[in-house]
Amino acid sequence: MQTIIALAPLVSHRLCLAPPPFPRHRLLCRRAPSIRLPSHRSSTTSFRLLSSFAASRDSEMATEDGQDPRIPKIASSIRVIPDFPKPGIMFHDITTLLLDTEAFKDTIDLFVERYKGKGISVVAGVEARGFIFGPPIALAIGAKFVPMRKPKKLPGKVISEEYSLEYGTDKIEMHVGAVEPGERAIIIDDLIATGGTLSAAVRLLERVGVKIVECACVIELPECKGREKLGETPLFILISSA
Amino acid sequence: MSGNKEEVDPRINGIKTKIRVVPDFPKKGIMFQDITTVLLDPKAFKDTIDLFVERYRDKNISVVAGIEARGFLFGPPIALAIGAKFVPLRKPKKLPGETIFEEYELEYGNDRLEMHVGAVEAGDRALVVDDLIATGGTLCAAINLLERVGAEVVECACVIELPELKGRQKLKGKPLCMLVEYR
Repeated sequence: MQTIIALAPLVSHRLCLAPPPFPRHRLLCRRAPSIRLPSHRSSTTSFRLLSSFAASRDSEMATEDGQDPRIPKIASSIRVIPDFPKPGIMFHDITTLLLDTEAFKDTIDLFVERYKGKGISVVAGVEARGFIFGPPIALAIGAKFVPMRKPKKLPGKVISEEYSLEYGTDKIEMHVGAVEPGERAIIIDDLIATGGTLSAAVRLLERVGVKIVECACVIELPECKGREKLGETPLFILISSA
Repeated sequence: MSGNKEEVDPRINGIKTKIRVVPDFPKKGIMFQDITTVLLDPKAFKDTIDLFVERYRDKNISVVAGIEARGFLFGPPIALAIGAKFVPLRKPKKLPGETIFEEYELEYGNDRLEMHVGAVEAGDRALVVDDLIATGGTLCAAINLLERVGAEVVECACVIELPELKGRQKLKGKPLCMLVEYR
């Protein structure tokens, strides 16, 4: 059984509305480890194989072009808006990706190809842009979709997890009973920056006994070091925007 | 699908039984229709999307507009399946680019719905999607936004209708397709 999955390498772009007129690219081919299947004997072997494969691949990073051909089109469909919501922030606007039917479909397909057939029963999506990408993935892989929301939006009994903002704290909430102990989940959001929201989502699901297989985002802002906040939880992204 | 009893699709009852009604939310007297329990059942969620996709796939719809936030749960899967673009209609200050807005009335005061300039073009054929229609105020604002930029609103699609609130009358003559009534 095939346990090594096709992985989308990371592409680093700086996309601007204002000049310079074309983006500077840095192609990164960094392979994420494969997803371990639950208690399957060969998964350990294939994980080791892939690790050594990845190690040798890293040294070929600069020269190898192994990126999935769908990624550049997805990357170029994302609009970057300077100084939103406040000066100095380059906001990555995925609404333009949603206007490109092929790019949107390709984005979903890339995640579905990675997660289908891996025993994932829960796709959790963080309000509100996680609601756009999560459900199509959930539907395609036959998993349930669980919305993780800001306080007071969910009508039933909830559990909540606090997380830090630049100033103060916020909370995300999930319905009690939406997930069961032992379920395998992925968490979806459009973008990971500092990782505050995603790490809160991880903690919330782990508190009720769910195994987080991976967090998945369209975009990563690596300078914000969100990966570090996720600790042991793997992160899969399509586009890295430095 | 919108209330003809002789032709009720057998999938509809399965969807209806998954909707959880939560009394007195967000305030006393309101029987809140919770669709999150539909999303927990992969078959019921798939059936919901399939019912809309079957209806719209041959109607040359170029835009699916979804109303924040629960319209974001149903709109994108429909858009992907029928090959339409998805346009989020959002509360104020969420969309980062240049926007146009439409005001609508709440029980006390007003609110606004915003759309990005340039997302929808004149001549686009649009579907508006939300989880539920109550008074119709939000859907009416959505129709207005789309028509102002020259799109043709073909239909509004909701999972649930609360018919006693007469939201259908607020839709400027546009048809409404819903799957489940709650009285």
